[in-house]
Amino acid sequence: MSQHRASHSHQGGQHRQPRVRTPDPTLRTRRSRSRSPVEGTRAGQLPEQNQVDAPTKPKRQRVVLAERGHQKTGLRPQVELAQQTSWGEMLIKDLISVQFRLAVVIGLIVAVLLGGLPLAFVLAPGFAELTVGTVPLAWLLLGLVPFPLLFGAGMLYNRIAERQERTFVDMIES
Amino acid sequence: MELNPWVLTGVALVGIATFYLGHRSSRMAHSTHDFLLARRTVRSQRNAAAISGEYLSAASFLGVAGVVLAEGADALWYPIGFAAGFLALMLFVAAPLRRSGAYTLPDFVEGRLAASRRIRVFASFVVVLIGILYLIPQLQGAGLSFAAVLPTPMWLGAVVVTVVVMFNVVAGGMRSITVVQAFQYWLKLFAIAVPTFVLGAVFLGGGAGAHSGNLGAEAPPAFTEETTVEVDTPVVLRVDEPTVLHADGVVNGSPVDSQLRWAEGVGHEVDAGTTLRFGEGAAVPVVDGAQERNSSWLTPGSDGIGGLLGTYSLILALFLGTMGLPHILVRFYTNPDGKAARRTTVHVLLLLGLFYLFPTMLGALSRLYVPELLVTGERDAAVLLLPSAMLPGIAGQVVTAIVFAGAFAAFLAAASGLVFSVAGVVATDLLPAGNVRDFRIATVMMALLPLALAIVLRPTDLTLSIGMAFALAASTFCPVLVLGIWWRGLTARGAVSGMIAGGGIVLTALVANLAAGYTGATLPSLVQQPALLSVPVAFLVTVLASKVTQSSVPHNVGAIMLGMHAPDPLGFVQDREIPRYGHAEERIRLGKRRHGDT
Repeated sequence: MSQHRASHSHQGGQHRQPRVRTPDPTLRTRRSRSRSPVEGTRAGQLPEQNQVDAPTKPKRQRVVLAERGHQKTGLRPQVELAQQTSWGEMLIKDLISVQFRLAVVIGLIVAVLLGGLPLAFVLAPGFAELTVGTVPLAWLLLGLVPFPLLFGAGMLYNRIAERQERTFVDMIES
Repeated sequence: MELNPWVLTGVALVGIATFYLGHRSSRMAHSTHDFLLARRTVRSQRNAAAISGEYLSAASFLGVAGVVLAEGADALWYPIGFAAGFLALMLFVAAPLRRSGAYTLPDFVEGRLAASRRIRVFASFVVVLIGILYLIPQLQGAGLSFAAVLPTPMWLGAVVVTVVVMFNVVAGGMRSITVVQAFQYWLKLFAIAVPTFVLGAVFLGGGAGAHSGNLGAEAPPAFTEETTVEVDTPVVLRVDEPTVLHADGVVNGSPVDSQLRWAEGVGHEVDAGTTLRFGEGAAVPVVDGAQERNSSWLTPGSDGIGGLLGTYSLILALFLGTMGLPHILVRFYTNPDGKAARRTTVHVLLLLGLFYLFPTMLGALSRLYVPELLVTGERDAAVLLLPSAMLPGIAGQVVTAIVFAGAFAAFLAAASGLVFSVAGVVATDLLPAGNVRDFRIATVMMALLPLALAIVLRPTDLTLSIGMAFALAASTFCPVLVLGIWWRGLTARGAVSGMIAGGGIVLTALVANLAAGYTGATLPSLVQQPALLSVPVAFLVTVLASKVTQSSVPHNVGAIMLGMHAPDPLGFVQDREIPRYGHAEERIRLGKRRHGDT
């Protein structure tokens, strides 16, 4: 990979040769193997329309980081991202699917915890009539508990999402 | 209704503070770009307060307590949904949307889907529709509140709020509104928290006199003294046990002026202008749809499967509708980048969670002390009438004034934000030049049209009509935003088809509800709140239509996705180009001023 990088000219534009990239073996998912190795660098020709909808198994981006640890070519991957080479596309798609999965998981946890309550109240009237001291449990569960829960879910999401973005930036800029 | 001088003082103070803050910062707004975007220098915490201030409308301030008074435990889903909407917004929309540089929903549709001008105009019309649907209940709520505490006709409150809003938006643009909205969040929190603490202390200390009965009892609330209730809007009433009353007016279509004995289990239609007199200890009749017995009021899920569908439909509408509200989206553009947009939303969740602890308690107290609101159907006035019902004399008047000042702030904040954002859309997309003058024309239009509708249309419960606005937003813009941000395959035609399908269902339900309001028919819960049907349909149609028109996926979709999802430090954030606004010399001045300005 380092040879590619060293030998590649930065002019970009139409004069750029389509390059065959050999990414780290761990990044060789089904997707990257099925793709034709030589393809245009322009967007719109890429067939991965359903990528976001059906995330494949998790990919480990950090492996790339480890391999490129000592290099000082900070601009290189950013250019790849901007020019949407197949490798740059793959990086950003990975980031999108990781972030989407995080949002869906946190959304589902909250939806099950809160959204399960109306059903539970109807199915188990005894549960709906429980009281804590003189206050009905249902009023505590509906009037008090959801707000710290929502805030906590927001905090958690924010923290993980920011960490994932930092990891991505570190990888690009290292 | 005697004149309460404290209320007038409170309203005057809120009005003066709003004008002052708006005026002070509006002197700094010069170009159109300044005017509309506040130059994105708004700090995260103040921005969060401003978002919360704008979001806490009459439906939150008055409507939540009102619906708790009538429906009890099942109504607690309203505040949960209002807050949870921001979680959905944060999870699926906030950061990528900010990075996309879209300032309004039509912007997003155009930028993401390379949509034609026709489609942009269509999206603008949907924004206007949502805005009007959201504004009408604000103005009707204002009318109701003014009539509840001051000797004024119903339309006056709506007119006062419209005039103040129009003046404020025309004078200052967003910059001034940010300061004003942030101030109004804290004002509203104060105005709902202080009465809750005071009235809660009075209640626990036993100083509030007799109340309408044990909230857990197998009985309806009862009047504690001989009570005369004047019905201002036609209602259908139900009783849980045979009730004797004296009626003067029109009941069940025939004029009466005599003693009546109402049987349980059937609806009794009472026309506007009728006076009902109940003896001490008589059971309180309730309007159709409210819980009659205290025990079923206290217990969630007492409406069975039909109620369950309604509850889930409501949750879905509120959860997904918030992201499609025009005034909330505009506000996110004032964050400097995607990360700040997320952080702002976390802060909003905290501020809203804090606020929503209070209206619930006030709603429960109103069941005890102002049960007559269950008869008139003006349940949204509960928060305003509760203080003087519990605290006689000057203390009650002062607390009423505090609550009313908060309610006034709620009308102003929500209405200003809406008028501002919808007028921005109208000015840029539907009017020819898109400059400051067009913006002012659009403001006046967007303020007067809802005012006219608010006065002409029959008032309904705040939470019901607000729920419809959320359902419309959730069934039109939510699929476009979520799919547009996370799925490369979305096409312009797919988006439009989804909006037409989802929006069509909601509008049909809306018309059915309006008609039922006049005929007095009771509709199934899925018609009252159609989101459970319309949102999945909208998503499905959007996906299917996009699949069919897959060839028209924008050719630069890769670059757009990159811009929305690449972390901010990489520098792919797109800002809306300045050249869209104003003239050349304005742009030059803006460029010069940008650095020295805070």
